[in-house]
Amino acid sequence: METQFPMKQILNEDGVVVNSEYESQMTEELTKELYIKMLRARMFDRKSVNLQRQGRIGTYVPFEGQEAAQVGSSLVLEEGDWMFPTYRDHAATLTYGHSARNLFLYWKGYPMGCVPPEGKNIFPPAVPIASQLLHATGTAWAEQLKGTDRGSIVYFGDGATSEGDFHEGLNFASVYNAPVVFFNQNNGFAISVPMEKQMKSKTIAQKAVAYDIPGVRVDGNDIFVVYFETKKAMENARQGNGPTLIEAVTYRYGAHTTADDPSKYRDQEESKRRRETTDPLLRLERYLKNKGYFEEAWKTKVEEEITKEIEQAVEDMEAFGPAEPTDMFTHVFKKPTWSVQDQLDTFKAREKEEV
Amino acid sequence: MSTAVKTQKLTMVQAITDAMATMMREHDDVLVLGEDVGKNGGVFRATDGLEAEFGDKRVIDTPLAESGIIGTSIGLAMNGFRPIAEMQFLGFIYPAFNQIMTHASRIRSRTLGHFTVPMVIRAPFGAGVRAPEIHSDSVEALFTHMPGIKVVIPSNAYDAKGLLIASIEDPDPVLFLEPMRCYRSHKLEVPEEKYTVEIGKGARLQEGEDVTLIAWGAMVDVIKKAAKEIEEEEGVKCDVLDLRTLYPMDRDLISESVQKTGRAVIVHEAPGTGGVGNDVVSLINDTSFLHMRSPIKRVTGHDTPVPMCAIEDDYLPDANRVKHAIMETIRF
Ligand SMILES: Cc1ncc(C[n+]2csc(CCOP(=O)(O)OP(=O)(O)O)c2C)c(N)n1
Repeated sequence: METQFPMKQILNEDGVVVNSEYESQMTEELTKELYIKMLRARMFDRKSVNLQRQGRIGTYVPFEGQEAAQVGSSLVLEEGDWMFPTYRDHAATLTYGHSARNLFLYWKGYPMGCVPPEGKNIFPPAVPIASQLLHATGTAWAEQLKGTDRGSIVYFGDGATSEGDFHEGLNFASVYNAPVVFFNQNNGFAISVPMEKQMKSKTIAQKAVAYDIPGVRVDGNDIFVVYFETKKAMENARQGNGPTLIEAVTYRYGAHTTADDPSKYRDQEESKRRRETTDPLLRLERYLKNKGYFEEAWKTKVEEEITKEIEQAVEDMEAFGPAEPTDMFTHVFKKPTWSVQDQLDTFKAREKEEV
Repeated sequence: MSTAVKTQKLTMVQAITDAMATMMREHDDVLVLGEDVGKNGGVFRATDGLEAEFGDKRVIDTPLAESGIIGTSIGLAMNGFRPIAEMQFLGFIYPAFNQIMTHASRIRSRTLGHFTVPMVIRAPFGAGVRAPEIHSDSVEALFTHMPGIKVVIPSNAYDAKGLLIASIEDPDPVLFLEPMRCYRSHKLEVPEEKYTVEIGKGARLQEGEDVTLIAWGAMVDVIKKAAKEIEEEEGVKCDVLDLRTLYPMDRDLISESVQKTGRAVIVHEAPGTGGVGNDVVSLINDTSFLHMRSPIKRVTGHDTPVPMCAIEDDYLPDANRVKHAIMETIRF
């Protein structure tokens, strides 16, 4: 089976092109855009981890190492498409236009953090594993019924493929030919459980066979292959040819969350080694250098701009003011039921008493 | 003749680990299974060290699938094993709801006792520890509503060990809910040997004549605090009850207490509507109506999803709300 789903690659670890299929489209402009977006995501992630350590946000879920998979796949979306991220997919949501401020607010425990910018169909992070695959199928199905050429992309991990909802999502999408891209980030672990304890199959892409849809396996740390294969899948979906399952093989360097200790279940040397070999940013930097597109001064300028943007977002988060407790009551229903209304009134009266 | 019982000071989560280890040493048919329970020792370390002692055939890192974990545990339980299935958080039990509702709870009655399901489902639950969204649901009422499954909630280390051992020994399925807020909040002397705390029996933590306070899980600490403060502030003396088991409920303890005090305040963090507090009210009506001196009060979470952590304290009942309710029943 494994041989039927070989891992596609365009750029190898040394930043050398090993597959020239898309070379004409690999312009300097696109390459630099991909690099900037990945750098931005990485800097956002590192900032978040630092904020968590300083107690300025709560538990955080880092994604460092997975930038190529998330940025490459989300960059193919167009206005009106639907995105269903998990708690780990801030690089994808940031790239598709979520505000950094709201992402910070989310991890500070503010309900506002779940709200995407106006006009952006970005769902709040899926916290239960795999349930979002069905929502993506549903929104895509709706677009198809409405006759648009919009589609959905949904993110999930290797562990998610064990849940019933993964299989139900693929099956519904396949039966209704829904325009959805199922984008799996196989980062090797579901918290502490390695892939071999999660499933016997050697690839996730092969699971597509059961639903008679295309299954593609890509090097998830090679942003070019992620970008072009996701683009192809999305275009295919837009043309009415149904869903695709993409497996992006990647690696999470750090802990599952800032509350987790990875040294309990895996060799930390591996993470170190990975940073020097398969790292998605380093690889693209090597390519940029090989092509003569890279100058240190350019990188410094880009970094400065990103730093400014992120610092501003942190400032905005901290200037946001205290979270509003009444938000808890006012959005349970469009019109509050009597019990919610009573509880809100009591709550407000109590607040006044305490002041 | 009394031989001194050897004890050790444990947190509640350590007592839970100890209960499982105690039973696994004694019985080869006891298994632990769930997500990250093996090498990682569980995300709360509740199964820490068990894989090292008992091996990965008895402490099993399963695929990430709650319906799968419960469904296969049902099969294991029907065929000679006593599985302890861990749900990583109660808020993630929903995919397994179907298996619990349609199978675990009624195989005994459907087969007139021919097949049975002696299994335990363990799940951390409750708000107040700043967990991310959905991790903090308190949905015990969903399960007390289902005939055929017992629902147990300890609030301290001693009870946790005794109740978990009783649950593992129980011939029927038991949902064993572990309030996250109590996992490490205090330590108690816990006997090293095996002992049980009877399922279905509550505990009286403090004697008082004026009003009965009833809670379970993390809210037990809240009513203890309220009882102490209201005695100092108003001289009101509370009878403080920790129910420990929600199904079956300790009818005798509740009715004996309210018949003495004539007043009751029930506290739980789950939403009020459809909450287990309502069953306590009904029970009091059935057994003690004519003894009551004022309407029974409930202090509960709101009829809203448990909010994100920045405002979760505004969701949870606290000692002030409880004291307010106590004074309402007193001044009625
Ligand atoms: C239904 C459900 N069960 C359990 C959990 C607890 N949990 C959170 S993340 C996680 C592991 C997920 O692994 P994977 O799908 O591979 O995604 P990754 O975190 O590696 O990105 C688990 C078990 C959950 N969130 N939802």
